[in-house]
Amino acid sequence: MTQTPLLQLSGITKRFPGVIANDGVSFSIEPGEVHALLGENGAGKSTLVKMIYGVMRPDEGDMHFSGAPYMPAKPSEARAHGVGMVFQHFSLFDALSVAENVALGMNKDAVGANLDQQIIEVSEAYGLPLDPTRLIGSLSVGERQRVEIVRCLLQNPRLLIMDEPTSVLTPQEVDILFETLRKLSSEGCSILYISHKLEEIRALCDKATVLRGGKVVGSCDPRQETAKSLAEMMIGASLAMPVPTARTEGEKRLIVEGLSAISEDPFGVDIEDVSFTVSAGEILGVAGVAGNGQVELMEVLTGERAADKGVVRIDGEDIGRLGPSERRRRGMCSVPEERLGHGAVPDMTLWENTLLSARTRMGMESNGFLDLMAASKFATDVVAKFNVKTAGIDHVARSLSGGNLQKFIVGREIMQTPTVLVILQPTWGVDAAAAADIHRALQTLAAGGAAILVISQDLDELMAISTSFAVIAEGRLSEPVQTGTLSIEEIGLLMGGVHNSTGEEARP
Amino acid sequence: MIRLEPRKEPSKVLLYTTPVLAVCVTILAGIVMFAVLGKPPFRAIAIIFVDPWLDSFTVAEMMVKATPLILIAIGLSFGFRAGVWNIGAEGQFTIGALTGGMVGLAFYNMEGFWILPLMCIAGAAGGMAWAAIPAFLKTRFNANEILVSLMLTYVAVLLLSVLVHGPLKDPEGLNFPESRMFSDSAMMPILLEGTRTHIGFLAAIVAAAVAWVLFDRHVIGFQIKVAGQAPRAARYGGFVQNRVVWMCLMISGGLAGLAGLFEAAGPVGQLVPALPVGYGFTAIIVAFLGRLNPIGIVLAGFVMALTYIGGEAAQIEMNLPSAITGVFQGMFLFFLLGIDVLAKFRIRMVKPVKAGA
Repeated sequence: MTQTPLLQLSGITKRFPGVIANDGVSFSIEPGEVHALLGENGAGKSTLVKMIYGVMRPDEGDMHFSGAPYMPAKPSEARAHGVGMVFQHFSLFDALSVAENVALGMNKDAVGANLDQQIIEVSEAYGLPLDPTRLIGSLSVGERQRVEIVRCLLQNPRLLIMDEPTSVLTPQEVDILFETLRKLSSEGCSILYISHKLEEIRALCDKATVLRGGKVVGSCDPRQETAKSLAEMMIGASLAMPVPTARTEGEKRLIVEGLSAISEDPFGVDIEDVSFTVSAGEILGVAGVAGNGQVELMEVLTGERAADKGVVRIDGEDIGRLGPSERRRRGMCSVPEERLGHGAVPDMTLWENTLLSARTRMGMESNGFLDLMAASKFATDVVAKFNVKTAGIDHVARSLSGGNLQKFIVGREIMQTPTVLVILQPTWGVDAAAAADIHRALQTLAAGGAAILVISQDLDELMAISTSFAVIAEGRLSEPVQTGTLSIEEIGLLMGGVHNSTGEEARP
Repeated sequence: MIRLEPRKEPSKVLLYTTPVLAVCVTILAGIVMFAVLGKPPFRAIAIIFVDPWLDSFTVAEMMVKATPLILIAIGLSFGFRAGVWNIGAEGQFTIGALTGGMVGLAFYNMEGFWILPLMCIAGAAGGMAWAAIPAFLKTRFNANEILVSLMLTYVAVLLLSVLVHGPLKDPEGLNFPESRMFSDSAMMPILLEGTRTHIGFLAAIVAAAVAWVLFDRHVIGFQIKVAGQAPRAARYGGFVQNRVVWMCLMISGGLAGLAGLFEAAGPVGQLVPALPVGYGFTAIIVAFLGRLNPIGIVLAGFVMALTYIGGEAAQIEMNLPSAITGVFQGMFLFFLLGIDVLAKFRIRMVKPVKAGA
């Protein structure tokens, strides 16, 4: 090809204290190309795209946009060049309308007089219908992502950066998104697509650049590769797929009957009459679209939030009135969805963060006094056993990449050898190798006699590791069944909130 | 163009050096201020910051002033670490002096070793009771503790004034608005012979030591830190937010009340309307200047006491207005907060980049 690349990166280097996030990264994106950026957690993908979008500036190297030098000092400059970005975690205000949110994220001169009409036109044209007057708080995660995408599209982007866009979407929503992206690409808009989902990259992308340890280790045409060969390129070693353990019917460890909780948050979801049991050795997988009561269910189970009705038993003992620490003492550990600020305190060191949830079970507290040596030792063990990439346990949680912090938190809980583990989004934003490690650790824990409740939006993950399966929708849980006995259509209906008794809603 | 870039981790070195820097910059600004006022700047600075150290009597007076500052600031540091903003220590100080002092007055014609401990308990309880009002309103109705505790300060000061003008007035006091003098058993024992330094100073040091252990080695300190930094993580860790609010307000209220009683039963020796002189507010600066760290607070308590003593000396020797003390205390906090930015952000010189293509 002789045409000028849309974006050319040469020798981009970015250093942080103790780590080189990007080391001499060079590649180029052609106009209209769907370009995949592939790499493990901490490989430097997020840092790289933040520099392209003007959130950070490289220490060395330069970029060219359509042949001209390009070095945005802030995102508004990047947007003025026609670079749009949809972040993994949305930056939307729940209490504002769609149109207000769109206007907030645009450069002033780009907001036209009739924004509502523009939003409707653009969203219809790309198959992403949106009502500009609705409040963000009332939208599903998929719809929220649409808001972010439409906001970019309104500014006629020439390059659209998508950071892990499908991690929060249902299969149907993924299909719609891919249609939109293909249409954009056919119109000449380039797309830089970051994902861990290798099959998606093979289905969507024209070219892939693979990062490892901050360096480019390869580039390829993903359609010519298999998922396995892509994964090997990414992690530099053969990928071990988890093997499902044989179902062993143990005694009932976690029993939940008629659990209900009214949410205090106006945008929250009420938990309604949830009943299930998890036996020793069982992994109950709970699927569902984000925002259907997953967080609320976990918080009620762990005691962070009070239940209004219902019974929760661990090994026969009613723990429904106890707080999180007492439940941990009785064997229940948990991993929340939000890593920073919920599962870990961002500005505390890793060893301090072990005190947060492991102090009761790991003997770090006696009469209220803390054993700092025990905390350090435990943190060191977690880092070693779960292969957490960090410069040391004296570093604050915030300084770790998302995937590495997830490994640390999951490791911290699993290494307490809980008898009941409640885990939300175990591999959110975690690369394939680390996800396999986490899955294996969960299966080992279950094989050792623990009862595990996995709440995830990743259906593949649930199919791979769970022994029984249920769906949560609008705060209600479907009857758990043996994994694999439901068809995709049945799961889809359940995720849409259609339970057996009220099936007529879905019929035309 | 100068740009502030957030640091990935706050600089540990700067975290401890910024208070020292703030003191240095305050002194520099003081030199400029005195020069503008037409006073010999270096002599003025020497009077305020150096001379008090050279005389054992003024050092003892600094200990007298530092005692309530340290005691109150230690209590406040619990709440400030947890994001519970008790701004009304002055009111709790006043009520503590009042309740503790009333116990002393009730036994004015008696002697006994038990009188002073009883007064201390009543003083601390009074401060706690006063702090319980914002705690209750905060946990029950989510009322802002900053406003409630601050406004209660004025109620407390007026309450003291009313009582001293009325029922607590010394019957033999020629109608002056003052209570009786406390009996000898109701006075704080003197620590250094011939000075006004009383054993309350030891109590302040003990409080700092206990706070240090709690912050560093105890689940109470850990819980407070987590609650202040990440409320959701605190719930995950099994800590109850309302309990943290109550605990912080009880500790800070109790210590402020105790400091009030020490002041009444120490240097003052009776209840007077002018008892609250702003220690409760100055202690807020002490807490932050000391980085909410007990050792830092002890040092900062002395620095602030210095501005009182040195400020008085400057008034006498150089005819400066009494506002001089407040000016220096204000500058400390101002420069501390300003320089604090450097611990969390780094300054980068950026060449101006033209926006747009």
